[in-house]
Amino acid sequence: MARVAQRTEVQRTEDRTGAGPPFPRFPRLPRILHAVFVYAVLTLASLFILLPVGWMLTAALKPDTAPVFTFPPEWFPTEYWHWQTFRETLLKEEFIRYTANSVFLVVMTVTGAVFSSSLIAFPFARLRFRGKNVLFTFLIATMLLPAPVLLIPQFLLFYQIGWYGTYYPLWVPAWAGNAFFIFLMRQYMRSIPIELDEAARVDGAGYWTIYWRIVMPLCVPVLTVAAVFQFIGTWNDFFGPLIYLDDPEKFTVALALARLVQRVGTEWNEVMAANLIVILPVLLVYFFAQDKLIGGIANVGLKG
Amino acid sequence: MSMPSQQLGKQEVAHAQPRRSRAAVKEERVAYLFLAPWFAGLFLFLGVPLVYSLYISMTDRRLISAGKAHFLGLQNYVYMFTQDAFFYKSLFITMKWIVLSTPLFLVAGLVISLFLNQKYFGMNVFRTILYIPAVVSGVAVAVLWLQLLNPELGIVNYALIKLGVSNPPYWLEDPEWAMPAVMLMGLWGVGGMAIIYLAGLQNIPPHLYEAATIDGAGAWAKFRHITLPMLSPTIFFLVLNAIIDSLLFFGPLFVLTGGTGGGGPENSLLFYMLYLYRVAFVQGFMGYGTALAWILTILGVLMVVIMMKLERRFVFYESEE
Repeated sequence: MARVAQRTEVQRTEDRTGAGPPFPRFPRLPRILHAVFVYAVLTLASLFILLPVGWMLTAALKPDTAPVFTFPPEWFPTEYWHWQTFRETLLKEEFIRYTANSVFLVVMTVTGAVFSSSLIAFPFARLRFRGKNVLFTFLIATMLLPAPVLLIPQFLLFYQIGWYGTYYPLWVPAWAGNAFFIFLMRQYMRSIPIELDEAARVDGAGYWTIYWRIVMPLCVPVLTVAAVFQFIGTWNDFFGPLIYLDDPEKFTVALALARLVQRVGTEWNEVMAANLIVILPVLLVYFFAQDKLIGGIANVGLKG
Repeated sequence: MSMPSQQLGKQEVAHAQPRRSRAAVKEERVAYLFLAPWFAGLFLFLGVPLVYSLYISMTDRRLISAGKAHFLGLQNYVYMFTQDAFFYKSLFITMKWIVLSTPLFLVAGLVISLFLNQKYFGMNVFRTILYIPAVVSGVAVAVLWLQLLNPELGIVNYALIKLGVSNPPYWLEDPEWAMPAVMLMGLWGVGGMAIIYLAGLQNIPPHLYEAATIDGAGAWAKFRHITLPMLSPTIFFLVLNAIIDSLLFFGPLFVLTGGTGGGGPENSLLFYMLYLYRVAFVQGFMGYGTALAWILTILGVLMVVIMMKLERRFVFYESEE
């Protein structure tokens, strides 16, 4: 405590050198050199991420006749701009169908998971009932339960009721809520003042009205986070479609992509075009929602 | 943080006491009504499969079972531990992956996050770029790296030859190099970890560094005695996640090993889940596959419990002061 006075002095020098507080500056480097060093390392790391993506686009834009693998490798499209490859991949390889299939599953799971999770989170956050704490502890416990134990018995049960080869096993469970989303939403709903509910009740509103008209509109940020997580999860899901879908017409993009690679004598330009088709929607969602998404992930990391 | 609402809640309870019964009963009934989908899901997708899976793990249930399954008791488990060489092999490969890849990813992620945490213009652009691999489908990433790592035509070996390596590895076609190849792919996605580290770094109170500066601590001392201890909860979370992800590692491997449930050259990439998939869905031994899944679960729980024990010794929480 006696150091407080001294601290302002240090603060001032720190401000002058411009060092951000959380991590000390690397030692004994003049400011310019330090900045150059940081930018250089991060640029190299970014190139490590981006060059393969650029190469993927280059390969996809080549016609069937041009070699996909060249020496030296072409990082960005230079010679060929053969957009035809994308058309062939979408139409001839039917990726337009797989995209539609994936979109269908995304719509069903996002709607289901967001709606049911918010429904379940509501009493945990805002109602009083016996057994609340026990049930909430149980909810947290189910979050830790590993998927593989349930995988095969679920498969066998769905198989027995005739759901094998259909989309039901891939979206119906989402409508029973997602423990992680319920947890996130409960935390969020608790931060909304309870007086709103009380005032509404005085005005004669029922619990459903309170949930649907008052709490839900205020929860849009957390609902968005859950929707984005679920979108990415469903779009990228591989194991589910792999074990449940047998009819190629029903394949999702991830499964179709894996099958395309597996085929002998594949045109690599088409594989790379298909890969881009699989990656693009997720990237778009990520760019638009990244602040919310990264905030959500970071919070989980700290409080999980 | 929640103090005002808590106090309000108490007040409300206090003056609501006399008329409590009927309203409270209704509130409780409504609460359980809202929870109904959760209970239904717990029963149908968790309870029933869980009990059922204990049973089938003790049978010789097949995928398309002609005839009835036979009850075998613990025979599946006995066979697994006494005769199944692939079980031990897949277990060994998964453990080897955890031991080798986790420290590598943890350190790489930390280094990247330290750079991202510098306060310069345009850092969020780098953050956005570095996080890209974490949102992209694992299958798509594997498809891309399958090409990059192509021994004769891939970019990685081209770069190695340019750098003067006369005999670059055969990566996914060589049992010795298959796992390093997967690690290289994993390194591409290490930005996901870096973002979580970054959140941890930004939560460290600046006054700690200021006080250390006054005491004459150098950069390394600050890192060692402030940054690392303050980050330990984040590191703990990341290690736990890395272990669970390794135990469940499947999609990208499936693509890298040819998409037939094969295990790569000489089964050098036969991770546990890949073996489980092969047993249950390629060979069709559902009973034995479920037994494998139970052992995986027990293993996972054991590792989490051990980690929790270690947490008490190595993880520092500020509030404990």
